[in-house]
Amino acid sequence: MTQPLLRTPLYDLHLELGARMVPFAGYDMPVQYPAGVMAEHLHTRAKAGLFDVSHMGQVRIRPKSGQVADAAHALEALVPADIVGLKPGRQRYAVFTTADGGISDDLMVTNMGDWLLLVVNAACKDADFAHVRDALGATCDVDMLADRALIAVQGPAAEAALVALDPRAAGMRFMDVAEMELAGVPCIVSRSGYTGEDGFEIGMANDGALTVARALLAHPDVAPVGLGARDSLRLEAGLCLYGSDIDLTTTPVEAALEWSIQKSRKPGGARAGGYPGAQVVADQLADGTTRRRVGLRAQGRAPVRAGAELFADEAGTQPAGRVTSGAFGPSVGGPVAMGYVAADHATVGTSLFASVRGRLLPVAVTALPFVAATFKR
Amino acid sequence: MTVYYTREHEWLRVDGDVAVVGITAHAANELGELVFAEARDPGTTVEQGDSVAVVESVKAASDIYAPVTGDVLAFNDELGDDAALVNRDPEGEGWIVRMTIADASQLEGLMDRATYIALVG
Repeated sequence: MTQPLLRTPLYDLHLELGARMVPFAGYDMPVQYPAGVMAEHLHTRAKAGLFDVSHMGQVRIRPKSGQVADAAHALEALVPADIVGLKPGRQRYAVFTTADGGISDDLMVTNMGDWLLLVVNAACKDADFAHVRDALGATCDVDMLADRALIAVQGPAAEAALVALDPRAAGMRFMDVAEMELAGVPCIVSRSGYTGEDGFEIGMANDGALTVARALLAHPDVAPVGLGARDSLRLEAGLCLYGSDIDLTTTPVEAALEWSIQKSRKPGGARAGGYPGAQVVADQLADGTTRRRVGLRAQGRAPVRAGAELFADEAGTQPAGRVTSGAFGPSVGGPVAMGYVAADHATVGTSLFASVRGRLLPVAVTALPFVAATFKR
Repeated sequence: MTVYYTREHEWLRVDGDVAVVGITAHAANELGELVFAEARDPGTTVEQGDSVAVVESVKAASDIYAPVTGDVLAFNDELGDDAALVNRDPEGEGWIVRMTIADASQLEGLMDRATYIALVG
């Protein structure tokens, strides 16, 4: 039996805007609007794109003690990030790890003052919710906020679009989170995103989503952007897609996500370890890994896509790794990819060869991101 | 010159025993702006239904299937630097390959324009 596709509160708006809808993580989602992936991508980097990301999971963790520190301590048993040190009104990237150091999802964690808000991937949200509830249920009330939508506005004009609705948005810095009313709708606004651009992610009750989306789209610089451009934007920004670039078989160290493990959680830190797979991660932090996630830039114009095998030699006799995400990068003006390569091939500038339709095309290991981030720090 | 269409949204313009092959406006629109195109090397023999070329958008690569059996004669070199020419003029300047027609009887299995237009609505 095929499950009927779920719809976000903006489903009718997508149709009205002429979106082409596709199934994604159980939802009927806009992959592109009439402007097309290329134009939507470039518009986001030049002005601002509006993305419906309401399919993502939002989880509320309320400590039974009323002390948010208790929830933070409890959550640190599941993620290697420093949650106890996360201040009220601040957000942070984290990963859920497994006993062998793999990644079962990546997420954003916000300290809402007296509770924690998690935003997790759509495809993982039921498993994540069960995972958190099982681990934290004794000390916290854990709820899936299924009645909440999420809209992202990304790009250099995102601030102006938000400021038109509430001037306080201008005072926020990257990863700040604030509650504000936009177009009469109570919202949780974070200065964050998945494109490498400055921008905001805005959560609200489902029944307010259309009002907020229309208010933002009323700004002349804001245009709707679908999942197609969302993927090429995040790839140019060097950001991982769960299920492609990171999964149960990749550790945070292999994935070059050490930056998401703050000092307090690393060996020697005040609250070192204590999360699933901590010993694996500690050993890799000390000794390195046999493979590493890197950026890859093809020299020709042919895109090198996910699944392409990488070789150290032009004859294709020495396997070096595999591509996990690849596309044409509209802002880069050429093919961009990321993948895992053996540690001795992971240095920036290393020449490798990618197998594309039976031919070996030269690619270079490249620093990430491909397009410099424009966050308001 | 007669133009034929396939269910895979290729068109084929026949000139004697040679055909020029491209993708329809409908297909070009569905694929979105193309960023790359390449074809099998000239001299390669392709069977009807084999991949004779590939076009790529930001998101995905799509095979172009040979509408008939024949030998590849040429790739439209204009597409090397400007694959989006296919989007701008899919059934004209944005042609993709020129190839021989080994067996003209295969043309009988293809569609005429009216039938194709009815198919894609």
